[in-house]
Amino acid sequence: MQGNEGLRSATISVLVENEPGILARVVGLFSGRGYNIDSLTVAPVDETGRQSRINIVTSGTEMVIEQIKAQLGRLVPVYRLADLTREGPHIAREMALIKVIGSGEKRAEALRIAEAFRARVIDATTENFIFELTGATDKLDAFLALMRPLGLAEVSRTGVAAIARGTRTI
Amino acid sequence: MSAAPEQSGAEVLLQALKAEGVEVIFGYPGGAVLPIYDAIFHQNAIRHVLVRHEQGAVHAAEGYARSTGRVGVVLVTSGPGATNAVTGLVDALMDSIPVVCLTGQVPTHLIGNDAFQEADTTGITRPATKHNYLVKRPQDLARIVHEAFLVARSGRPGPVVIDLPKDIMIHKAPYAPPCAEGHPSYRPRTEPEPEAIARAIAILKAAKRPIVYTGGGVINSGEEAARLLARFVRMTGFPCTSTLMGLGAFPASDPRFLGMLGMHGTYEANLAMHGADAMLAIGARFDDRVTGRLNAFSPGSRKIHADIDPSSINKNVPVEVPIIGDAGRVLASLIAAWEADPAAPDREALAAWWREIDAWRAKECLHFTQDFAKGAVIKPQHAIRRLYEITQELGREVFITTEVGQHQMWAAQHFRFEQPRHWMTSGGLGTMGYGLPAAIGVQIAHPEALVIDIAGEASILMNIQEMSTAAQYRLPVKIFILNNQYMGMVRQWQELLHGGRYAESYTAALPDFVKLAESFHATGFRAESIDQLDGVIRAMLAADGPVIADIAVDPKENCFPMIPSGAAHNDMILSAATEGRAAGITDPGLVLV
Ligand SMILES: Cc1ncc(C[n+]2csc(CCOP(=O)(O)OP(=O)(O)O)c2C)c(N)n1
Ligand SMILES: [Mg+2]
Repeated sequence: MQGNEGLRSATISVLVENEPGILARVVGLFSGRGYNIDSLTVAPVDETGRQSRINIVTSGTEMVIEQIKAQLGRLVPVYRLADLTREGPHIAREMALIKVIGSGEKRAEALRIAEAFRARVIDATTENFIFELTGATDKLDAFLALMRPLGLAEVSRTGVAAIARGTRTI
Repeated sequence: MSAAPEQSGAEVLLQALKAEGVEVIFGYPGGAVLPIYDAIFHQNAIRHVLVRHEQGAVHAAEGYARSTGRVGVVLVTSGPGATNAVTGLVDALMDSIPVVCLTGQVPTHLIGNDAFQEADTTGITRPATKHNYLVKRPQDLARIVHEAFLVARSGRPGPVVIDLPKDIMIHKAPYAPPCAEGHPSYRPRTEPEPEAIARAIAILKAAKRPIVYTGGGVINSGEEAARLLARFVRMTGFPCTSTLMGLGAFPASDPRFLGMLGMHGTYEANLAMHGADAMLAIGARFDDRVTGRLNAFSPGSRKIHADIDPSSINKNVPVEVPIIGDAGRVLASLIAAWEADPAAPDREALAAWWREIDAWRAKECLHFTQDFAKGAVIKPQHAIRRLYEITQELGREVFITTEVGQHQMWAAQHFRFEQPRHWMTSGGLGTMGYGLPAAIGVQIAHPEALVIDIAGEASILMNIQEMSTAAQYRLPVKIFILNNQYMGMVRQWQELLHGGRYAESYTAALPDFVKLAESFHATGFRAESIDQLDGVIRAMLAADGPVIADIAVDPKENCFPMIPSGAAHNDMILSAATEGRAAGITDPGLVLV
């Protein structure tokens, strides 16, 4: 469809059989059909390691997002999925490791901002810090924007893990 | 603890195939599958049909599957065997045909080493299949084979690949019967929700200009679905149209049938779709060949869409009432709910609607003019009409397969199908080279029936090697070539959209098809002009073995009606007189295929 009108972001969690190739199947579905992936995380979530949870942040028109859900739902190894954005309040978090290199006033400023964001210093030398920051995606984005002029050198982000609030489960 | 397994992986594979009721495998050997061929050699329950190209194996399995409703089985070697099968797999995926394709693989310890004839088969076929498996442990083998059959035939059917490393086939493996509890994650929904059925009936009962639009899903559901469709259409008195894939689900001879819809559909079917106020779509997927320009597709109708695949619903066209379920179950529920509902349909409005439809019908959009003077050139439409009429005189069961092009569309327009599973054509992928191997698969399943591949001279060359298969197994398939010397469908588009510049669509140096047939131990006939047509058709049908009938037809004939890409249903071109860009082919339409 044309333009950006009616675009929405969706956080979709998918519970899958932990078989070889499942990630390729999901990623191939998105690339093959031209859907966006803004972020994707995957890890086993049950005690036996047989089931994994994939969290995907995507965007599209309502029709495209419904199509994404239907396409994911018909993959043979998919047990269940939830459109967390649509189905009620949810929590989404990601973690970033952020390396900032610098000295003098810039270094002091970086530390002050990190404190304000509750980022932890997990490694430091006289020339650099590595911060660990957990939060919503926009909080991480804001922090990184502030670090950029202060010597931001490298970022490693996990992508989003998400879960519904309250007693609701996938 | 159970005793150590006695059988090799290959023997377990065959045991599992037998348990699935497999009678025939279409295959081609090679190093990686030799243990499987050895196991086949040692038994008689499963027959192996040796094709001449792995693409042919998959199409043959598709023909077998489509004409029987059973799963078609393919066996190919690793590397090139598997890559040759890919076109067939995508064809089966697009047309929802149940196929299990067994591919050989290098031994597990060599996977990833670029070993001889290694290919990443599961990687290559992932988007080409409904699902695929690589068997890495002997204890998974039997479970995976049974699971593959379940996945291939249930829900929306499709092709499934099982990649079988050679060591797994040689080493001992345990057998396990199909799991009684079904699959842990894969559970297609077949039973429609009563609430959706009720909403559908409310719309249909209130309709003044209803239409039923059916597709291959009705055929895949089975004979019962076709019976229920006929019952539903007759009890409601609604007009019924069908996609290319759905032909035969509703009898073509019934006056309520409007013919095929879409790009080369009938005038009455397309205008009825355009003018309808209520649409019931069953087992059809609103493909671009059917809808034409989306924002002009059936603009005034309230839409009900029943499909077994939730991803088909609201994909291209937003609908008011989605019904997820098997076509047969949906039709049974609709019939029960229609009868139980006290509201009376608007019979007067329906009669007026039929008068409108009959006026469109009176245009006789499939009309053509055949000159009967001696030596006159044969019109391709007439050739198909005569083929139809003469096969009807014989009273034999007839199965039709096709290649891809104008001849395919003329076959869909002019051959009439009264029953499901008697029409096999490559719809979604449009694969030239489909028809001959598919006919072989049909003939294997129906040895006594008349199986005819309606072909073009270009398409038939794409899998002509399968003549050798037909000869080896004495399969009396009839290849009816409408020889216009052109890739006619390409030529037609070049005429309409590219100023008549016929770049590379003329085939010079075509073979002598009569001699070609003879070189394959078959019979060849040729009809050069109208006076020879009937004689050649009768000779072809009377011959015992495989036949190629080379019918020289008008090289410049175009297939009408036609809705150009990107145009609306009411922008149909009816004849050569209205051709060209003037007839509504827009620039956005030019980029479409
Ligand atoms: C494998 C493949 N390659 C190319 C095409 C594109 N294509 C569609 S119809 C056609 C021409 C077919 O010619 P012929 O078999 O002679 O049939 P006709 O249209 O003349 O009846 C071509 C090249 C295709 N559908 N499939
Ligand atoms: Mg041709």
